[in-house]
Amino acid sequence: MFLIYCPHCEEHREEPEFHASGEAHLARPEDPEACTDEQWGEFLYFRKNPRGLHRELWVHSAGCRKFFNILRDTQTYQIHGSYKVGEWLEVDVQKDDEVSSS
Amino acid sequence: MKRYSGFQLVKHALQHQENWQRMWRNPKPKSHYDIIVVGGGGHGLATAYYLAKLHNKTNIAVIEKGWLGGGNTGRNTTIVRSNYLWDEAAHLYEHAMKLWEGLSQDLNYNVMFSQRGVMNLGHNLQDMRDIQRRVNANRLNGIDGEVLDAQQCQEIVPIMNCGGSTRYPVLGASWQPRAGVARHDAVAWGYARAADALGVDIIQQCEVDDILIEDGAATGVSTRQHGVITADRIGCVTAGNSGVTAAMAGFKLPLESHPLQAFVSEPIKPILDTVVMSNAVHGYMSQSDKGDLVIGAGIDGYVGYGQRGSYPTIEHTAQAIMELFPVVSRVHMNRQWGGIVDTAPDACPIISATPVENLFFNCAWGTGGFKATPGSGHVFADMLAKGKANKMAKPFSMFRFHDGALIDEHGAAGVAH
Repeated sequence: MFLIYCPHCEEHREEPEFHASGEAHLARPEDPEACTDEQWGEFLYFRKNPRGLHRELWVHSAGCRKFFNILRDTQTYQIHGSYKVGEWLEVDVQKDDEVSSS
Repeated sequence: MKRYSGFQLVKHALQHQENWQRMWRNPKPKSHYDIIVVGGGGHGLATAYYLAKLHNKTNIAVIEKGWLGGGNTGRNTTIVRSNYLWDEAAHLYEHAMKLWEGLSQDLNYNVMFSQRGVMNLGHNLQDMRDIQRRVNANRLNGIDGEVLDAQQCQEIVPIMNCGGSTRYPVLGASWQPRAGVARHDAVAWGYARAADALGVDIIQQCEVDDILIEDGAATGVSTRQHGVITADRIGCVTAGNSGVTAAMAGFKLPLESHPLQAFVSEPIKPILDTVVMSNAVHGYMSQSDKGDLVIGAGIDGYVGYGQRGSYPTIEHTAQAIMELFPVVSRVHMNRQWGGIVDTAPDACPIISATPVENLFFNCAWGTGGFKATPGSGHVFADMLAKGKANKMAKPFSMFRFHDGALIDEHGAAGVAH
């Protein structure tokens, strides 16, 4: 069970309050009409899907109902931090791992 | 390969079962193969088997990072059915179903395929309309199917709560009598044994860490344990790790990998002789020959490679199963596990050429790969042998996500996602 920090509520809450909404920082093409089929398809469907660090969009669906981003490891499931949409979070992952394993 | 038979069984019984032949060799990899299949799960082994059997290719290797069938092949709930809505998907899964029906004889290995029927429940009016539509579509495609009402469901599964007291009452179901279950490990082992007998090298404990590309064409793989192995063509059948293998080759796939979990109970006396699935309440259940209830859940919503599922999903599934089958409320669960399923946005597989020449992918089977094992291997073998998609594989190109020709099974097929 994830304990997720909602940057809007500024509280840790349990996983069932939240809903995962996939990869974060997907910028919609500024002029969709000018996209080729390939560019539009890439935007809509193709994902990084990494085994490791992943920036992803979550929504606090049973809470404040606002979207925010999480930096999480998809292999270890460790959450390295949450931050609001439009912001960016840098985390020293190695240091974070040491803290959690000690 | 010595064939299994009743005579062999008697003969070995007299020798205290001590002299059975090893099922497959454990060869050192050669430096070059005509075709390398990356991934030694059911689909990869089936691909190698049909390449050797139907396409006369013998210089083939299957490279597996763990052990055979240790991924999703050994982690699923073993349901086999073919009642898909859209023609493209229905043809593919029905192709697999027809191969299932003769598979034990074909492989000389008992895969314990049991056509005990699969019931997909409907819980509201729209579910029932969708079921009618799907069953009609199935019949037009020559796939067996019936629409059942609540009373008929009750007759087939007496322990199911079809009364009006439930939050999501059972109004009816679609019923595919030819569907059923098979023994998942036996499928991997049977294909491995049969492929090995035809000369395929099965290399276990060998992890591919890079795909070698020259001038836009794949030339081989680099492995952690055995260095570089070159090949004329490479087929990746890497399920949940397909995104990772695609990244090695430098492109993205329209996939996300999610944990999908299942659990089994302690063995109990026979209470369920069919398979019951419910898309709406997210649970499905069958009973194995050993007596344990095999229960499947929905996927976790987030991307994950951890091969374990989340607790909220367990709880959600247990609630659904208890409501449908109040009689099992005191049964203990023995084991719980997760597999990593690679799901495409339209919930249909990708059997495809890629932006890299001589590199092919067979992935995105999502939550429903096991049932397709023979068909998937059959069409992918054809693709690897000829270098192009046959009629059945063509609609499943990864480039359908560019041109928009998706096969929208996601909501339509009564698939428990």
